[in-house]
Amino acid sequence: MPDTALSPAPEARAGFPIEEALCEIVSNDAVNAEYRLMIARAPEAALRARAGQFFHLLCPATEAGQPFLRRPMSIYRIDRARGEIGFLYKVTGKGTRGLATLRPGETLNALGPLGRGFTLPQGTRHVMILGRGVGLATMAPLARLAAESGAAVTAVLSARSPELVMSRAELAAAGARVIEVVDTDGSSAPEEMEPHLTALHDERAFDYIATCGSNRLFRLARGLARSWGITGEIALEQHMGCGLGMCYACVIPVALPGGGEEYRRVCWDGPVFTLEEAMGW
Amino acid sequence: MVSSTAPDLSVRIGSLTLKNPVMPASGTIAEGMTQVIDMGRLGAIVLKTITPDLRQGTLPPRVAEYRDATLFSIGIPSKGPDYLLEHTLPAYAACDAPLIASVSADTAEDFGKLAAYISDPRIAAIEANISCPNLKADGRAFGMDPEATREVIERMVAATRTPVWAKLTPNVGDITVFARVAEEAGAEALIVGNAILGMAVNAETMRPRLGNVMGGLTGPAVKPILLRMVHQCAKAVRIPVIGCGGITCGEDAVEYMLAGATAVQVGTANFIHPHTMTEAVDWIAEYCTRHGLSAAREITGALRPLHAPATAPTETV
Repeated sequence: MPDTALSPAPEARAGFPIEEALCEIVSNDAVNAEYRLMIARAPEAALRARAGQFFHLLCPATEAGQPFLRRPMSIYRIDRARGEIGFLYKVTGKGTRGLATLRPGETLNALGPLGRGFTLPQGTRHVMILGRGVGLATMAPLARLAAESGAAVTAVLSARSPELVMSRAELAAAGARVIEVVDTDGSSAPEEMEPHLTALHDERAFDYIATCGSNRLFRLARGLARSWGITGEIALEQHMGCGLGMCYACVIPVALPGGGEEYRRVCWDGPVFTLEEAMGW
Repeated sequence: MVSSTAPDLSVRIGSLTLKNPVMPASGTIAEGMTQVIDMGRLGAIVLKTITPDLRQGTLPPRVAEYRDATLFSIGIPSKGPDYLLEHTLPAYAACDAPLIASVSADTAEDFGKLAAYISDPRIAAIEANISCPNLKADGRAFGMDPEATREVIERMVAATRTPVWAKLTPNVGDITVFARVAEEAGAEALIVGNAILGMAVNAETMRPRLGNVMGGLTGPAVKPILLRMVHQCAKAVRIPVIGCGGITCGEDAVEYMLAGATAVQVGTANFIHPHTMTEAVDWIAEYCTRHGLSAAREITGALRPLHAPATAPTETV
């Protein structure tokens, strides 16, 4: 059986399951007005990454100086055949500005793979991916590997406008049915999406929902999962220190089953949490 | 390659002998590190501070980044002593390095009780974290009051046969006062020291950058300050001083040792380069060889004077 993102976490091997890898940049180009796609050659340990996991990247210095801490970046593509990993990112701050300067042949220092990824329940037949903006990048590997395991995937892509819809081709190439909703025609409003998604569920029942990138979509996903009696997960983000569960900087509150809440580390206990644990923001 | 002339890296910290002088600073490693490096190569493994009670820690955001420094406000989230004994210690059982616990509490009496409770053959020493800047209002800590420092260390020493180390705070006027007090109270070693109390503001949002407003400054930017304090403390006491503050490589570690440290703790660097500690061990060995030293302990306090005495020019009018 091929090693897929759905297989359980690998046991600690003779080497170390998490590596500080020096990856050669293959390409690093703009994909639209806001986002860039970086492809890097990765060693074996990095290629064991599972959907929803991330790498902690050492970002090159710019005129603004060397970003002191690493930056977490979720995995957009794991291409084991080519030995490559891909990251889809938006240039927003000092770290991502540094990443954008990397040219083919240069080296990216990537620590990983890190964190707990998506876990499809046994026997999942129809997956709903519900995401917005760069949040969709995180779920692209999930679509590919769900499809490989024989599950159908319906991906609902939300964006401000049609030209900013992310990951359309990647998700379609993974075999997902792609549905786009945008702010410009009002179709991305939760009250518009709910009857639409319910109709899709009536047509072919979903048994798992994955979401990322939007608090509105999280609340919609959790409401739908509850009313349909299915499970789901969300990938969360937080400013991080170490990425290895050591510094406790990246905590977020999660809801406990018996009531109450407690902090969990996004980098180590997550970044993927169940829809019932997650609290929105 | 190990040759017969490989330098002896072992150092003595009170009643303990460590195979080399490099260990993590409390709160900067966790079980996750065992998946990246061989923790058994370290001189010791210092665990995250625990408190007698369960604590969630401070409100996020908990980290603000600076050039060559971070301001952390974590506030010692703790799962308590039973979790330490039942889960944390077994997680490092396979690592061939002594485990050092770290404790904090709200009263000197509770420091003593906690030290007694976790006295366990698997724990080689207990560090008294009397210096965390993120617990009390305005960053106050036991370690900012000499009498409170004395009481905490005396209570712990009386409560356990496990060696007690005192982690001092740099947020005081004359740190040597605290170094002497901790030595008199029975500490076998000093860690100099914890984070420097600081604050971060976001001009655009007009808000603090940390949920706790204040936090502890760490990273290479603080090294000159802690190096100075290590030098002062090493001259003030007979017990070993463990240097801690902005160490990012073996060369930094050697600088601390030259200034008087017997061993070092690596903190923030673990978050960025997880191989920092193991590479520092190798670098120290290479340094010893290059300088013709048969043992790393010869580095401690070997700082040479920059000038011969009385060679400064006479002041002229």
